Amino acid sequence: MSSSHNAATGEPVITFDRSETFAPLSARRLFVLGGIGLILIGMIFGDIFAVFVLHQNAARVGANLAGAAHAALLGDASAVQRYFQGVGASLENRGTKVDTHVHMIDFGYLALLLAIAEPWIAFSPRTKRALAWTFLAGAGLLPVGVFLIHYIGLIYSPFEAIGWASVAADFGGLLVLAASLGCLAGLWLHFRSGSAFTDELLAHTADRSRRALLAGGMVLILLGFLCGAYYAGVELYKHEARDVADLSGMASAAAARNAGAVDKALMDYGQLQGEKAVQIAAHAHAIEFGLLAMMLALFQPYVDFREKWKYRWALTLLAGSLALPVFVLLELKYGLLAGAAADLGGLLVIIALLAMWIGILRHSGAVDAVSQQASEGAS
Amino acid sequence: MSAARRVLLFGGMALATWGMAYGLWYAVFAEHQALNGIGASLAVAFTGAAQANQDVVDSSLQQYKQAKYVYDRQVDVHSHWIGLAMLLIIMGFCIDYVSFGAKWKTRIAWGTSLGAVLFPLGVLLQTFSHGEGPRAVAIAGSGIEIACLFLFAFGFLRKQPHSS
Repeated sequence: MSSSHNAATGEPVITFDRSETFAPLSARRLFVLGGIGLILIGMIFGDIFAVFVLHQNAARVGANLAGAAHAALLGDASAVQRYFQGVGASLENRGTKVDTHVHMIDFGYLALLLAIAEPWIAFSPRTKRALAWTFLAGAGLLPVGVFLIHYIGLIYSPFEAIGWASVAADFGGLLVLAASLGCLAGLWLHFRSGSAFTDELLAHTADRSRRALLAGGMVLILLGFLCGAYYAGVELYKHEARDVADLSGMASAAAARNAGAVDKALMDYGQLQGEKAVQIAAHAHAIEFGLLAMMLALFQPYVDFREKWKYRWALTLLAGSLALPVFVLLELKYGLLAGAAADLGGLLVIIALLAMWIGILRHSGAVDAVSQQASEGAS
Repeated sequence: MSAARRVLLFGGMALATWGMAYGLWYAVFAEHQALNGIGASLAVAFTGAAQANQDVVDSSLQQYKQAKYVYDRQVDVHSHWIGLAMLLIIMGFCIDYVSFGAKWKTRIAWGTSLGAVLFPLGVLLQTFSHGEGPRAVAIAGSGIEIACLFLFAFGFLRKQPHSS
């Protein structure tokens, strides 16, 4: 670490050396490698979920709902209850898996953000390391706990509605919250001290891969926002009205013992759920991939590949990031073909992310080797 | 550190913390109860249908509609506050690549932060009032956010001051 003064403001300026900011088991290294690791696991889990669970689960929800409507048609109230328990179980199964996927990726994003902010957190390296471990422990515990909610349920739980898996998940959330608050306090201390510093991740020149990721990420975020604004402004209230109308039509037709109307309402309801799911997924994925691209742009100096390869991986990530939401939107029209293309887009993002993670791992090895040589030279 | 970066970083961190605290409160005290309410009202509606009781069907579906309306918005508020907070922080880190003067950068930073707070707040207010006011807040918030993002994009494209 070296110190100088800003010529314009007279404020002290600290310049950090990479062996300090990216030292072995340093908070930044933990946040970077842990964050990308969480995103990778979350995305792989999401792909497995999309291919092997999502559609089968939707079919089970539909079958149970149809069963409930037909049981009502036959006047069998106890069968209605049984089928609704099935709907509830399938929805909980789906909901917990979506939450596992989303929280793991979002915690990965937050870890990357904290990695960038890490030099500004005015605590000792040991405290920062403890905060990073606390964060990563919570970020791992919450998704695992959420995933287990469906399987553990209320077994041995002293609570009426919350099981032990939920308690574990909430505790994980509390750890993440505490670590984030700790980081915020560290940032506050830094800004109160009035000192300034330059960090290589922000001061590094904008090379080709970084520019591509920044611009591409911004475009993806804007597309996602526009998609979301269109959905909220044009479709949301219509969808909500249709949702209740379809269910009302289904129940009323069953009460009137009209089998044809029940089946039609069931078909409309299934169609509506598909429309809602693809529009929300396209909106959310475009924005999340945009954020990911912009964050990864900042970490390009740590990706230890030749510039040509860094640029190729950046383009691969952007291509996958665009393909996934676009083909998700096309799923309603082109069915499984578009679904397969969307999954391929997700796979491209995973491969590019894995490549960058390996690049950062290579870089950490290089930093360690330089530090080791320096310490051997000194002794 | 520039004023724009400070606004975006602190605003983003504060909003993320707020969004997580809201999510934690929601998961512990409201979510399970809301889901149970949604499931129970649907089950009662169809049981009413089995008994050919249209009044039960109508009243239960009305309860479902209200519970689902509130649930969807509360989940959206949590995810949007945190998502927008991350966007603020990222923009804070990338602000040097935006080619505007310091004053404009600060204005855009305040605009982006304001939009990030207002948009989910408007959605949350919809759970208390179905009137036009909360919708207007949400629309204004998202409008400000999108306009500021366009300015960011324009700033990125306009010039790359750190280009090698």
